[in-house]
Amino acid sequence: MDIIGKGVTRKDAWEKVTGQAIYTGDHKETKILHVKKVISPYGHANIKNIDITKAEKVAGVRAIITGGNLPLTGEEIRDRYPIAQDKVRYHGEVVALVVADTPKQAKFAADSIQVIYEPLPVINSPIDAINPKYPLLHPDLDTYKKISEVFPEPGTNIANRTKIRKGDIKKGWQESDIIVEEKFSFSPSDHVAMETRCSLAEIRADNKVVISSSSQAPFMIKRLISDYFGVEIGNVIVNTPLVGGAFGGKASVQLELLAYIASKAVNGRLVIVENSREEDILTSPCHIGLDATVKLGCTKSGLLKIAEMTYLWDGGAYADKATDLSRAGAVDCTGPYNIENIWCDSLCMYTNHPYASPYRGFAHSEVLFAFERTMDSLSKKLGIDPLELREMNAILPGNSTPTQVQLNSSTVGNLPKCISELKKKMNWEEGQLVKINDNTIRAKGIACVWKTSTIDTNAGSGVILTFNPDGSVNVISGVIEIGTGTKTVLAQIVSEKLKMDIDHVKVQMEVNTQSTPEHWKTVASRATLMAGRAAIQAAEDALLQIKQLASIVLRAPVEDIDLGQERVYLRGDPEIGIPFNQLVYGYKYPDGSAIGGQIIGRGQYTIPHITNLDPETGAGKPGPEWTVGAQGVEVEYDINEYTYKIVRAISVIDAGKVLNQKTAEGQIMGAMSMGLAFGGRETFYFDNFGRVLNPQFRTYRPLRYGENPEYICEFVNTPQLDAPYGARGLGEHGLLGMPAALGNCLSLAAGIPLNQLPLIPELIWRGKKGSRL
Amino acid sequence: MLSYNFEYYKPKSIKEAIEQYQTSKSQDKKPLYYGGGTEILTLGRLNYIYTDAIIDLKGIPECKEFGFQNNELVIGSTLSLSVFEENKVFPLLTNTSKEVADYSSRNSITIGGNICGQIFYREAVLPFLLSDSTVIIAGPSGVKKFLINEIFNKELRLDEGEFLVQIGTEKEYLKAPYLSVKKRKQWDTGYPLLTVAALKKDGIIRFAFSGVCPYPFRSIQMEKILNDKKLSYKDRVLASFEYLPSPILNDIEGSDGYRLFVLENTLSNILSYLGGEELE
Amino acid sequence: MNRYPTNQRFTINLEINKEWYEIDILASDILLDVLRDKIGLTGAKPGCLNGDCGACTVIVNNQPIKSCLMLAIEAIDTEILTIEGLKDTPIQRAFVEHFAFQCGYCTSGFILICQALLLNDNNPSPEKIKTWLSSNICRCTGYKEIEESIRSVINNIKNQSIK
Ligand SMILES: Cc1cc2nc3c(=O)[nH]c(=O)nc-3n(C[C@H](O)[C@H](O)[C@H](O)COP(=O)(O)OP(=O)(O)OC[C@H]3O[C@@H](n4cnc5c(N)ncnc54)[C@H](O)[C@@H]3O)c2cc1C
Ligand code: FES
Ligand code: FES
Repeated sequence: MDIIGKGVTRKDAWEKVTGQAIYTGDHKETKILHVKKVISPYGHANIKNIDITKAEKVAGVRAIITGGNLPLTGEEIRDRYPIAQDKVRYHGEVVALVVADTPKQAKFAADSIQVIYEPLPVINSPIDAINPKYPLLHPDLDTYKKISEVFPEPGTNIANRTKIRKGDIKKGWQESDIIVEEKFSFSPSDHVAMETRCSLAEIRADNKVVISSSSQAPFMIKRLISDYFGVEIGNVIVNTPLVGGAFGGKASVQLELLAYIASKAVNGRLVIVENSREEDILTSPCHIGLDATVKLGCTKSGLLKIAEMTYLWDGGAYADKATDLSRAGAVDCTGPYNIENIWCDSLCMYTNHPYASPYRGFAHSEVLFAFERTMDSLSKKLGIDPLELREMNAILPGNSTPTQVQLNSSTVGNLPKCISELKKKMNWEEGQLVKINDNTIRAKGIACVWKTSTIDTNAGSGVILTFNPDGSVNVISGVIEIGTGTKTVLAQIVSEKLKMDIDHVKVQMEVNTQSTPEHWKTVASRATLMAGRAAIQAAEDALLQIKQLASIVLRAPVEDIDLGQERVYLRGDPEIGIPFNQLVYGYKYPDGSAIGGQIIGRGQYTIPHITNLDPETGAGKPGPEWTVGAQGVEVEYDINEYTYKIVRAISVIDAGKVLNQKTAEGQIMGAMSMGLAFGGRETFYFDNFGRVLNPQFRTYRPLRYGENPEYICEFVNTPQLDAPYGARGLGEHGLLGMPAALGNCLSLAAGIPLNQLPLIPELIWRGKKGSRL
Repeated sequence: MLSYNFEYYKPKSIKEAIEQYQTSKSQDKKPLYYGGGTEILTLGRLNYIYTDAIIDLKGIPECKEFGFQNNELVIGSTLSLSVFEENKVFPLLTNTSKEVADYSSRNSITIGGNICGQIFYREAVLPFLLSDSTVIIAGPSGVKKFLINEIFNKELRLDEGEFLVQIGTEKEYLKAPYLSVKKRKQWDTGYPLLTVAALKKDGIIRFAFSGVCPYPFRSIQMEKILNDKKLSYKDRVLASFEYLPSPILNDIEGSDGYRLFVLENTLSNILSYLGGEELE
Repeated sequence: MNRYPTNQRFTINLEINKEWYEIDILASDILLDVLRDKIGLTGAKPGCLNGDCGACTVIVNNQPIKSCLMLAIEAIDTEILTIEGLKDTPIQRAFVEHFAFQCGYCTSGFILICQALLLNDNNPSPEKIKTWLSSNICRCTGYKEIEESIRSVINNIKNQSIK
């Protein structure tokens, strides 16, 4: 293999370093109208009155839209009006839209709309939400339209319950000598992709609805606009240029609906809705929070016998994707271990917080924080080395997952190997605590991780290849370039298959749902598997057509035709051949007559055998494979001040096969950075009105240059047999174990259990003082 | 982006600035002096600040002054904080101001804006409180000089139409032993959990604080106790807490209790760094 | 209601990337919006409009400035350099070679703050690099690639010009 596995320069490199890369918000035509939102300043309130008289008089205002006459929306449960009606349920919820000629006019008018609210009691945590003493946030839950895989419980604040019942609980507890139980909690936080969300919409005279959006899911936008507003689906066209970071947050459909509504209010004119940073944090969906209880039992020697978990997810005010997250948290409700008896209830709770969207790791880093922290408690109680305990219980081919999928060496990576690599990288023999000086110790913490995807059972991906007159090829795929470099990997695959110079493989970065074959959503680290398989099929399809044409021109059987260096030739006599460029637009004989025509390669892929979960036991196959890994964090901890610096972060991931070394490492390091920031600093702070007190980078602080540790990425290669070249998903995995490893590391260093996030020095101080946070 | 518009004036002299202020005022407008604009633009965007006319002070020669006059270091109010990063004549100022915001923001934030702004940390004022600096203030009633410790009480007490022109610091303070410590909620980014600046003059350590209360302050009473050589460092620190102003901040950066814990450690560390012999 | 009387409008000339532009602005227009919406230089990005993220960074008189923290009218008589004014510089090449971007949204700002640092100091200490580069946020990378990029340019710089 020439090109697979190399650090091939990204296809988007030069436009990105020259400022020429175009994102959604960069398209500004002069005729465009600007939309600004009025958002709720409260977490829960009745809307008593909206006074738009001042705003209407502002010059340049073209429309003001308030709630009412809009359909309920939501991907799994339709419980949300795109613009609030009568009531707001979270801080930041959209209450009105203003459409005006200039952004200043729109903002001025929006600021002059006066809304009178009547604040209501607030549900500020999932634990409160389940308490019947607290208000019911969706009294009409039983009337909402929903998909069949979601199980809300009307009359409560439970938007979904997923049950995992595996093995025999009684037996599990009977066989256990050692039992530990721990509780965990953390608030919602945010993705804070650097590009805030942005959508444009226009409704044309021929009824075409044309949307541009910074989205991971343009094809979902197309479906939902059609479903919600009754637009013929073929008339919805969605464009997505490059996306400035997404991390799951742009998989939800929200601003697109507002853009459509706004455009409709101004006779279909082109409008743009851009989030300010504050709106992006408050109004648009966030990263889910969790309250968890984990109880584990094992034998004296440390063999896990049972795991019992209750997960109460802070889904926020509306279900949208939060119910799906709570399901994913149930699917992999434990760490990557072989446990025969598992009981888990994973509940998506309605609260008065911003609602949740997917977040890199899709509920896994959250579950793993709780589970892997409990594993460390167990190892402490047992007096067994934490890595040894994990090695002893590691999930292996032949074992089954919580949803009772029997694994083999293709469907699960090699966890013991990851653990042994991690030990080497962390110099584990040295011990977990090393004294540096009187004030400082160096501490090491670890976590093991796994993840499968829980995407729709029939989610598919398509790739089309077209050629240029010089023989070079265009790769057209519905995968969104959100920063992961996936389109470059697709180019590498095509380059490899067609034995073509990588520079001659051109990729279309933008997606247009009318001309680009569908890729379900660019989520769940599945783009490489699905689009990769489609790309292989498309290349093979093109190649066959090329060879068939060549066989006529060269007058030789197809089987005798080989390819290389962008030409096809006779295997027996390589001198006899023709370059691609004479074939890809059909072949022209010297006399001018032509044969064949444009070569168009087609490929598609849908993951087979994915099933829904059994509502009573959870049994079912949620995803194609489980990527596993072992991760570690090393900190220098000040024993007097409880401050610390993260010095090293290590990831050993079974990647199956690394297709582009540099982009793979970049994904792992970036994910580690995000995981450490989530574990160590990022959270929403709420007040008694359910208001988020830190909706700006000034107070919501991602990692900055120099705060990052040294990163170590190591890959194990246990191929997933049905994946392109064996490559497993890895875009999210660097993040998964970081909060847990950091929690384990600091709990050890501080000598107290730290079961909340973020792990700030004040949390340690509180623990040390023995008071409750 | 601001939703409102304003008039923009860039006077070339103190007099012109004050006249413009009064003219705008007489037209029933709300004028604002403008330094780096970082606060006016960002809080203005959120409608926390409103103005009809901004009067940019950056064109006034006195406000751009930086150098020695007689025995004093003179600092013009519109110098950006990054200036003191390169020029280290007043090392305590260098150390304190380089922890404010971030480098490229410090290219815009002015020292006058930091001291006169609404964002209540005003960290760059600490070195001047410690060095008994003077401030030149211009206003409708003329140009006047004050001791900063007389006129700075939680904030610079300016009358309507006045602005800060310059700050003067006597040479003897510039090279005095010092330490400035900024503690944050977590790692190296963000507002202070608290900042303590200390300067040792004639054997006495002076202390000024930001982030402890919702305003910066220097406390003579605390200084007295913190310099009491009859007490151990730890006892001095705890005893000095009795004179902490109130309220102690209790916000998203940290609780009041945690702030006191950090303050205790920080003061002890400063004492052992600058204090010499612990007990007489 | 008209918020914009004409005496608050200005026609100004700005020097950007060594070219002159004549533009009509409002006094309250920030430089970022003018660059993007009036001149069409969209390389500088809005990330927060609050001075916190650095995505809007441009170079003004050789110093990195957040263009959301500056009024366009303040930029009169300055020399402005935006990402569009950089052509095949060593720092751009280094970003490509070291994979120092993913989504690319922070990239213009990061390249410009690196370039400004190199213009001011061709051998900055690691501490100084941190001081300058921590002005910007990159949510995608873990910063290692960005560090490698600027270091590689510093290492090569000794004998060549960075322009
Ligand atoms: C990204 C960022 C991070 C920050 N972090 C910190 C921090 O860590 N610590 C900290 O202390 N502060 C911090 N700040 C706050 C900042 O220091 C203040 O907002 C300061 O006001 C900005 O100065 P400026 O020159 O831009 O002020 P401007 O916006 O010009 O003015 C602010 C206010 O001061 C008045 N003013 C300005 N100059 C004068 C003068 N010469 N005389 C009288 N009045 C005047 C103005 O009328 C206005 O009311 C941060 C700000 C930003 C943008
Ligand atoms: S947009 Fe200017 S700093 Fe974020
Ligand atoms: S590359 Fe996406 S934010 Fe830096």
